[in-house]
Amino acid sequence: MTSSEIPSGTAYAAEAALRPRRRRPFTFARVLRGAAPYLLILPVVAVIVAILGYPLYHLARLSFQKYGLFELIAHHGTSVGWANYSSVLHDSVFWHVLVRTIVFTVANVVLAMGIGTLIALLLTKVSSIVRVLLTAALVLAWAMPPVVAVQVWLWMTNSENGVLNYALTKLHVGDYFQHDWYATSFSQLSLATSLIVWGAIPFIVVTVYAGLSQVPHELVEAAEIDGARPWRVFRDVTVPILKPIFLILTSLSIIWDFGVFTQPFLLIDQSRINTSNELMGIYLYEEGYVKTDFGRGAAISILMLLIVALLSVVYVRKMVRAGDEAA
Amino acid sequence: MNARRRRSRFLWDAIGLLLFLVIAFPVYWMVASAFKPDDDLNAFTPTWFSLHPTLSHFSDAIHRPFFWDGVKNSLIVVSVTVALSMVLAFLAAVALAKFRFTGRKAFIVLIIGVQMLPQAGLIIPLYVVLARYHQVNALSGVIVTYMTFVLPFSVWVLRGFLLGIPKELEEAAMVDGSSRLGSFVRILLPLVAPGLVATSIFAFITTWNEYIFARVLLNDQSKQTATVWLSYFYGTSRNTDWGGLMAGSTLIAVPVIVFFLLVQRKIAFGLTAGAVRG
Repeated sequence: MTSSEIPSGTAYAAEAALRPRRRRPFTFARVLRGAAPYLLILPVVAVIVAILGYPLYHLARLSFQKYGLFELIAHHGTSVGWANYSSVLHDSVFWHVLVRTIVFTVANVVLAMGIGTLIALLLTKVSSIVRVLLTAALVLAWAMPPVVAVQVWLWMTNSENGVLNYALTKLHVGDYFQHDWYATSFSQLSLATSLIVWGAIPFIVVTVYAGLSQVPHELVEAAEIDGARPWRVFRDVTVPILKPIFLILTSLSIIWDFGVFTQPFLLIDQSRINTSNELMGIYLYEEGYVKTDFGRGAAISILMLLIVALLSVVYVRKMVRAGDEAA
Repeated sequence: MNARRRRSRFLWDAIGLLLFLVIAFPVYWMVASAFKPDDDLNAFTPTWFSLHPTLSHFSDAIHRPFFWDGVKNSLIVVSVTVALSMVLAFLAAVALAKFRFTGRKAFIVLIIGVQMLPQAGLIIPLYVVLARYHQVNALSGVIVTYMTFVLPFSVWVLRGFLLGIPKELEEAAMVDGSSRLGSFVRILLPLVAPGLVATSIFAFITTWNEYIFARVLLNDQSKQTATVWLSYFYGTSRNTDWGGLMAGSTLIAVPVIVFFLLVQRKIAFGLTAGAVRG
C-alpha cells in the first residue's frame, strides 16, 4: 500500500469503486495526505524537543562542566571531564540518599498498594451507602492539591495543639502531649509517607476496584463450590486476572515515589532539611540549585534520570504495546 | 448462615465507615479550621465543630500580600497552558487514532516516556536553559515548561476518546461526499467535545497544583503562582496563623475539588485503559 493511511474499510472500497479508474499522478493533494499525520504531530514534537530535548542535551553537556553562578551569567562553562561524576559517586552522602530513597520508595509503594487493594476488596463487601461514602472520601483525598495537603498535615501534626497528638493521647495510644513529630529523620519521613500514601490510595482503589468487576463471577463461584477459602480464591483466581493492573500500578507508583519532591520538601521544611533526611529529588535540588553548582547537579540529575529510566522500562513497553495495537 | 452473613456485612460496614472517617478527616479539618474563631483554634482541646463560625480568616488570607498576584498568575499560566496544549494535543491525537504511519511507534514511546521523567531531575537543565533565553522569572517560561508535561498526557487521553468514536459514523460522512476535513469538523468534533472538556479540566488541575517548577523558575513574589504563595504562608515564623493558613488552603483547593468531581469518572481509567485491554 502506498498510502500510509489506514484503509477505512467500506468507505475506502466505495470510494475506489465510484471513482473512474485512472492512474493518479503524483499530486500535491496526495503528498499532503501522506504527510498529514506528520503535520498533525509536528507541533507536539516541536514543543517537546525544544523545551525538553534541548535542555536534556544541555544537561548532558553541563554534567561535564564546571558551571556555577559565574558561568550562568557568562553563559559558558569550563570542561572538567568526569570530575562531577566522580565527585558525586565518591560522596558517601549520595549513596546514603540513594539507599534512603529506595527504602522510602519501597515502603510507600508497598503500603499504598496493600492498603489500596484491601480497600478495593472491602468496597465489594460493604453496603451501597458505605460504598458511596467511602468513594466520596477517596475522591476528596484524590482531589486535594499536594501543596494544600502539606499545610493540613502541618496543622494536624503541630506539637502545640495539633489534633493528632490530642487524638493519640485520648485514645490511650500513649502520651503524645506536645510530641514533636519533626524531631527525628525517621519521624519526618514517616509523616511524608503517611501524606503520600493518603494521596496515592484513591487512584489505586478506583483502578483495582474497576479491575475486580472484570473478574468473572462463575470463576469465583466455581472455586468457592470446590471449597476454596477466600484467601485462596483471591490468590489463585483474582490476582492472576488483575496481574496486568497490579503491574502497571506498581511500576507507576515506583516511578512517582522515587522522584517525589513536593510533599517531603514542604513537610520537612527547608530549615530542617539536611543530609540525614534528604531524598533523591531534594538532594539534587539542594546540591545543584541551592548551592548553584549546576555542573554537579547535572551529574546527579543524569544519574537519577538513568535510574528512573531503568525503572520505567517495563511500564513504557507495556503501554506502547497497548497503544500500538489499538489503531 | 444468613445471620452469619449479616453479621459479617455489619463488620465490613463498620470498617468501611471507620476508613471513611480517617480518609475524609484531613479535608474536613481544613475546612472546619478555616471557619473557627482563634479561641477554638488555639485551645489544646480541639473543637470538632465550631458553633461560632467566622469568615475573618478568609478575609485575612485574601488580604495577605501577593494573594491576588498568585491567583492572577496561576490563572494566566493555567489558561494559556491549557488552551495551547488542547489544540496541539488534539491534532497529535487525531494522527495517533486515525492514521498508521512510519514513526508512529517512536512517537508513542516519546509520549509515554516523557511522562516518566522525574520533575526534580529537570530543574537544573530547565533553569539553566530558560535563564539563557531570559525566561526565568517570566510566566512564559513556566507556561512552556508546563506544556511539556500537559501535552503528552493530553495526547494519550484524547487518543482514547477518539478511538471510542465508531468508525462507521466517520465513514458515513465520507460516503456522503464530504472531505476528510468536512467529516472531521461536522462529525468528529461534536463527538469528542466532552473528551476535550474533561481533558482540559484535568490539565487545569495538574497545572494549578504544580509547585516545583513554579518555585524554581519564578523568584519574584509578585510573579509567583498560588501554590507557591501558599507554601510561603507557613514561612519561618513559629507563630503560625493556622486559621489564615487553612482559609488560604481551602480557597486554593476548592476550585480543584469542584472540577475534579466533574471529570473524575471520565479520566480515572485513562492511564490504565491500555493495561486492562492488553
